[in-house]
Amino acid sequence: MPKKASDPASTDVDMTPMIDMTFQLITFFMFVMNFSEAEQDDRIQLPLSQLAKPVDGPVEKPITLQLTNQGKVIYAGELIGLGDVGGYLDREKSVLIDAGREPTGATVIVRADGSSKTGDVQEIIKICQEKGFEKFALRAKYDEGR
Amino acid sequence: MARKRSQLSDKIDINMTPMIDVVFQLMSFFMCTLKIVSPEGDFDIRMPLGRAAGAAVEDQMVPPIRLSLSAAADGSLGGISMNGNPVGDFRELQQKVLSLVGDGRGPGSLAEKTEVELDCGYDLRYENVVKAITAVSGSVQDGQIVELIKKIKFTPPKAPR
Repeated sequence: MPKKASDPASTDVDMTPMIDMTFQLITFFMFVMNFSEAEQDDRIQLPLSQLAKPVDGPVEKPITLQLTNQGKVIYAGELIGLGDVGGYLDREKSVLIDAGREPTGATVIVRADGSSKTGDVQEIIKICQEKGFEKFALRAKYDEGR
Repeated sequence: MARKRSQLSDKIDINMTPMIDVVFQLMSFFMCTLKIVSPEGDFDIRMPLGRAAGAAVEDQMVPPIRLSLSAAADGSLGGISMNGNPVGDFRELQQKVLSLVGDGRGPGSLAEKTEVELDCGYDLRYENVVKAITAVSGSVQDGQIVELIKKIKFTPPKAPR
């Protein structure tokens, strides 16, 4: 006589491997998650440089201006013309002054597309200078040289 | 006796469903918010308005290097010249800068005192400027960055063609 099978209604699935794997995945995502508010835009293809190694710490109170290859500026996610940059910088300047800081101490990060015109980058720098900013960071993508 | 048997046969069933729900929600959150950030670096430039045109060079002991990058009609690099002398490519430019500033590094060195003034064509593609800045700023030797000139500035923008 064949042995009677155990109760088919209670199938015990061992959940341990799945939970282990899930927790490992969560740990992985927690480690690779980036909470920094780095302004990166897919419309900008930064030029490559072997010397553009990531900075050790975040730039304090940066103002990021991104220049597209069409000569437009992306400021705080908004696409504006070169001529409108001055108005936005005035606003930034007044915020800095209200916070008891000088615009000379603030850094303007210029993320310009590799195909954009150098003259447009210089125009941005000139507008910033006229508004009292004097520290600039020209951003480039790190070229691993492979 | 009957009580002992019942204790042995009792199996504590922990309901895992809420925990698995939460864990999967957490995983979904992390997967959705994951942002791949490519490594980027900065070239720092200090350009007060008064010194933009290279007017106040008197306070410097070392004359600045004037680097001209001309643009071709399509925005590509037309030519490079350093202090008026033509330079073949960015590698040659780096060699010239290296021979000019020497091996000394650190505070008070010639590399630290020297300034490069970039004079670029308006239509020049910006990637060429970054290549030029890379060439004069340093080089990578055995995986280590050897710094050259850190003081870089631009001339005022020229009128577009």
